[in-house]
Amino acid sequence: MEVSIWIFLLLSVLKVAVVTVITLMAVAYTVLLERKLVGRIQNRWGPSRVGPFGMWQPMADGLKLFLKEDLMPTNVYKPLYILAPLIALTCALISISVVPFGKEIYYKGVDLFQIADLNIGLLVILGITSIGVYGIALAGWSSNNKYSLMGALRGSAQLISYELALGLSLVGVVMRAGSLRLRDIVNIQATHGLLSWNVFGGLQFVAFFIYLMAAYAETNRAPFDLPEAESELTAGYHTEYSSMKFAMFFMAEYANMITVSCVATLLFFGGWSSPFGDLLPAWGGPVVQALLPVFWFVLKVFFFLFLYIWVRGTLPRFRYDQLMRFGWKFLLPLAIANIIATSLWLAFRAA
Amino acid sequence: MHLVLFLIFGGLCVAGALNLLLQRHPINSALSLIVVMTSLAVLYLLLGAEFLAAAQVIVYSGAIMVLFTFVIMLLNAGKEERTHGSKAAYIVGFPGAAALLGILTYIFLKQSDHLGSAKLGGYLVTTSDLSRVLFRDLLLPFEVTSVLILVAILGAVALARREH
Repeated sequence: MEVSIWIFLLLSVLKVAVVTVITLMAVAYTVLLERKLVGRIQNRWGPSRVGPFGMWQPMADGLKLFLKEDLMPTNVYKPLYILAPLIALTCALISISVVPFGKEIYYKGVDLFQIADLNIGLLVILGITSIGVYGIALAGWSSNNKYSLMGALRGSAQLISYELALGLSLVGVVMRAGSLRLRDIVNIQATHGLLSWNVFGGLQFVAFFIYLMAAYAETNRAPFDLPEAESELTAGYHTEYSSMKFAMFFMAEYANMITVSCVATLLFFGGWSSPFGDLLPAWGGPVVQALLPVFWFVLKVFFFLFLYIWVRGTLPRFRYDQLMRFGWKFLLPLAIANIIATSLWLAFRAA
Repeated sequence: MHLVLFLIFGGLCVAGALNLLLQRHPINSALSLIVVMTSLAVLYLLLGAEFLAAAQVIVYSGAIMVLFTFVIMLLNAGKEERTHGSKAAYIVGFPGAAALLGILTYIFLKQSDHLGSAKLGGYLVTTSDLSRVLFRDLLLPFEVTSVLILVAILGAVALARREH
């Protein structure tokens, strides 16, 4: 099919813009969801004044952060102080570009539900996450503040330690699919609905557990939120940041949460595939059929975000030595054992 | 398209390398090195080595350079003093480097028929191709290399271990 390069370019730019806007909106409303849910967990209402059920709260917060004075502390190392939040937010937003949201449907040669379909999609996500560390590390260092530096050191040490367990936990899934392309990984899980998802039928529940733990640590969320432990470090690496620069770190954290939830959905919960497989009759026109997978995908991602907040509202923070011991002495060996078990099982089945 | 990308990232790579040498603050040099390594990853990608590109970003820009910046941050290394350096380096260094570059270019150009060539964006090595070579044809050298790295790790642990 011959499509003019300009139409392709225009549609691609449009796609990128739509996905970015949706992601940012999702970030804003995840913050609201978190405040509401944690509120209910702690037996209070959460934001309820701005609009119905506090629905306009994220907008009001965004406006407030825009209008706040952008303070520049005196003894910071300026170039890196300004660069750090940019790195954090950019890396958080880029990784969403390889995530497929729905079935492969082409319109004028442009894939509607994925920005970029890469052979090495999974590795790209891992690579971008590993670059994202610099946002935290540089923020802490350039702030010229003890708390910030401590937060940054904790953050980067935690990221490096858990990145290993995270990467190894995904090997089983990749071996099962025989591909690093995210669409292939989903397609292999889409055959028998719920039963063929990696977490159930693929027997990857141990890997899923490891991935979930490591991902919580990677996104610096409770119970692994030591880089910003407010009782010890004021606010950790973003202590010295105000206004939009602070908001960028905040958005980066929630965007990372969304990415992690997307990856968990894609790798372990069958991505956009329906849990009922082909049992449901194909009702509605082609538009409904195209949008239904997106619905399942969003539902699963929402479930993971809910879990994130639930865990945050439930578990106390780890101590630093516990964190390191858990990562290196428990998760890492478990991940390696899972790889060996999975490869033996696959070899046994192939023979 | 490929040529444009090659020019951009090749230029970025060279600029990063120069900046690495010219910067006086170690953290700026470390960041320039990250730019160099990431641009190299894009160049690998342009040559069709997708897994190598991803590994370059994850291992070098991600893990190793984080360690570098970590150490710089931990030691809080300040700005370097600018020294005049030794005269010998000026007299021998520049002509030496130029001569080495000249010799390498000459040999590569002369032997270009035997070396074969790769076109930008023309040749794709998928991850499964790569693993087939690594784990079937070159299994022994690959495993021996990993044992070598294990030995290096053990050596480092033995050196760092506190004597009782």
